[in-house]
Amino acid sequence: MLARLRREFDITDVILYLIGVILMVSIAYGSYVTITSGKYTSAQWTNFVLFGLAQGGIYALIALGYTMVYGILGMINFAHGDFFMMGGFAAFFVAAALAQAGFLETNPFLSVALMMLGAMIVAATVAVLAERIAYRPLRRAPRLVPLITAIGVSYFLQYTARGLFGSGVKAFPNIPAFTGAWQVGTIAVQKSQVAVFVVTTILLVFLYFLIQRTKIGRAIRSVAEDKDAAALMGVDVDRTIAITFLIGGTMAGAAGVMYGIVFRQASFIMGFIPGLKAFTSAVLGGIGNITGAVLGGLTLGVVESIGPSLFLDGLGIPSPHQLKDGIAFTVLVLILIFRPTGILGERLAKRA
Amino acid sequence: MTQRPFRLIDAIRWGVYGGIAVVLIALIGMVQAFSNKGIVADRVTMSQVLVFGLIAAVALMTSGRAAATKPRLIIPAGILAGGTVALFPALLALLITQVNLRSVLLNASPELADLLLPGNANDLVSALQLVALGGAFGFAVGALTRVPARVRRSLVSAGVGVILIGLLQAVFVVIIPDSWRQFLYKANGLSTNGAIALFIVLTVLDYAWLRGRPLTQQQIGRLSAGRRRVLRMVVTLIMLGILAVLPQLLGPFLSEVADIIGIYIIMGMGLNIVVGFAGLLDLGYVAFFAIGAYTMAVLTTPELPVVRNVIPQLNFWEALPFALLISFVSGVLLGIPVLKTRGDYLAIITLGFGEIIRLLVLSDAFKPILGGAQGITGVARPRVGDITVVNPQQFFYPILAGILIAWFITARLKISRLGRAWMAIREDEDVAAAMGINLVGYKLMAFATGATLAGLGGALFGSKLGSMVPASFNVLVSINVLALLIVGGMGSLPGVIVGAAALIGLPELLREFSEFRWWVYGIVLVAMMIFKPEGLWPEATRLRELHEFETPVPVETAEETETAAVPA
Repeated sequence: MLARLRREFDITDVILYLIGVILMVSIAYGSYVTITSGKYTSAQWTNFVLFGLAQGGIYALIALGYTMVYGILGMINFAHGDFFMMGGFAAFFVAAALAQAGFLETNPFLSVALMMLGAMIVAATVAVLAERIAYRPLRRAPRLVPLITAIGVSYFLQYTARGLFGSGVKAFPNIPAFTGAWQVGTIAVQKSQVAVFVVTTILLVFLYFLIQRTKIGRAIRSVAEDKDAAALMGVDVDRTIAITFLIGGTMAGAAGVMYGIVFRQASFIMGFIPGLKAFTSAVLGGIGNITGAVLGGLTLGVVESIGPSLFLDGLGIPSPHQLKDGIAFTVLVLILIFRPTGILGERLAKRA
Repeated sequence: MTQRPFRLIDAIRWGVYGGIAVVLIALIGMVQAFSNKGIVADRVTMSQVLVFGLIAAVALMTSGRAAATKPRLIIPAGILAGGTVALFPALLALLITQVNLRSVLLNASPELADLLLPGNANDLVSALQLVALGGAFGFAVGALTRVPARVRRSLVSAGVGVILIGLLQAVFVVIIPDSWRQFLYKANGLSTNGAIALFIVLTVLDYAWLRGRPLTQQQIGRLSAGRRRVLRMVVTLIMLGILAVLPQLLGPFLSEVADIIGIYIIMGMGLNIVVGFAGLLDLGYVAFFAIGAYTMAVLTTPELPVVRNVIPQLNFWEALPFALLISFVSGVLLGIPVLKTRGDYLAIITLGFGEIIRLLVLSDAFKPILGGAQGITGVARPRVGDITVVNPQQFFYPILAGILIAWFITARLKISRLGRAWMAIREDEDVAAAMGINLVGYKLMAFATGATLAGLGGALFGSKLGSMVPASFNVLVSINVLALLIVGGMGSLPGVIVGAAALIGLPELLREFSEFRWWVYGIVLVAMMIFKPEGLWPEATRLRELHEFETPVPVETAEETETAAVPA
């Protein structure tokens, strides 16, 4: 009996499931305690969710780049968070220049459009250059080589930004049209969060159209499916990969602007943690899957936003918001262990 | 593929790339930071070496390419490449003097323009002078291509050697005798006479070495196996002897550097098992370093009343086994969930774990046990007999002992059954599993052994500092260790030492450089992966694997031709 059990269940599997169950039980218990104690009002919960969705939108934009590059090259582009950082800096400098000219107050929407343009161009350029210089020579290299290269690119970009722009945190100028909140019933909806929703939605619709309906999109999908076959069918593989990086970089640049509007800051280190979380989102949704990346981003944003108050507080952990980042990484670890294919896991991740 | 003949437009193209690189290093502040570091006192600064080194590299490369297909274009290519590179900093300097870019680019200051342009005036004339200087330098380098290959190599190596000796003044002034020092060095850099003499001596030495090396190797090859073993033992003994007196030789400052290198060597040995042997890319390696250090700190500090009520205060030697044990156990515990994943997922998941550990240490939740953001002070130092090991010169010995133990363990493991199983897993997991290797078990062993060595490094680190803050345990440490492995050569034990000395030692010695170390690491990682994935001191098998598709040179015939060539 015991021998049969041991044959069917690896001891490590048992330990894994035990860890999973303990985590689940403590989350449930913590949530129960918090909710019954009535420490937070329903308006507060709504605000947590709204903030989570806004943050999740930013994650989703970054995650798109991860997921597209993974889909097409099968590599984790560790430097993708730093494309986002470069976009953030570009947005900051455009915003600062516009603020000095007084344009930011008189024409807020046009200003944001200009910030977007600047950030997208910079981030996309950096992405395409990184692909051309660092990744292209390594197309057929053993699996860990591109990842290590990507780490190198990431550090190069971070410390280039530090050297060029300084190590301090840059504070975005105030955009009056995007500060403050609308009062909907008892709930205050931050204008900046609404802006993130709108922009993210527009970009996603645009991206969906691009991937599904255009020739470029078809080329990208075919290269993701099978590089050699695509090449035989007349698709320029190198160019398609470069375009993928271009699109990913553009999205990351847009995310940089959104981050600037919501958190109002830019720094050379800002790409690391959001990049990791965006990767988590991509994995959460099912890596290689564009809809999944969006879904994963929003889910992660919300979990991260309500998590500390919901279950960590209930477990009696002091200052639970310090552990906010820990939640995202715990989600990453749990997903990779229990469902490496993610939420929309129809496309089996080959290497997981 | 036939090579396209060289055209002068290629020289301009590479010149543009080089020029962009020069502008980049100027704008991130390297030129300014290095302008105070003299190589040859009052004549050549580090920043000039940097800029002209880039010009030389581009010119050398273009004229080399020209030499391969169109020899008559060598000199023009050199001049053109050098001039094009120099054009960029010249334009940058002119731009800076005209337009204020400082609101965006922090380092685009008038001082930078002063540094970039020769002469005192920042005008068009001096900009043209710089371009001409670049062209002249390119000409010189191009002319060098005409010199016989062996002499050229010696000249280049000697030039690099002089720069290094000038750069590492802090090291050499301690080591070399006083009379030499007075001849070679001034307050900031080499003396002019010293630099010239050094250049000549190094050229001759390098030339003699290139000539003599095949002969020596051949002689060693002729020795019988027993004789060779004796020779190796003698060399080892001499090395150990040098190591034993090294701290006295180096003095306190350099010993401190040696200690830091040593701790990274121990960690590198550990990660070498995980990444180099078993092929598991662990980016959260710092977690085990932190666990070792914190175990040492928590067990030995007089602070933290919550802990002291439960566990009595231990001394270093009592706490060390616990530090190792807890590192080992946490290696197993963290390994179990992690090892279910493969390849790049494993890398990211370990990164996530490293961050979780750091966040836990930083949080208020564990403050009574782990000290929170303020960290822990009063960590015990090792006591040997009546002596408490405190200063860096004394601390060298425990670290050295750690390195020797780590070296012994990894060297033995590598050729053991375990080591061969790890390498099988590294090459192909599925095949390894099919051959009857228990993947999870062996991977766990790799993870846990690596973790133990990291814990050893951490315990020594904590004890050496006497206090610790969570900020010392960020992801940069993991990247640092990974980078030194890649530079040295994955899986190679001497490579760990070479890598640690280069990547940890150099930034410690060159304070001007330390601000840019991560930037340089980024470039180094990318460049190594593209051009030299086997590292500087590769493992023999790894080298063969990575170059197996290149033109194979049968080893025996190569040796025979050399033997045949020498007596003639």
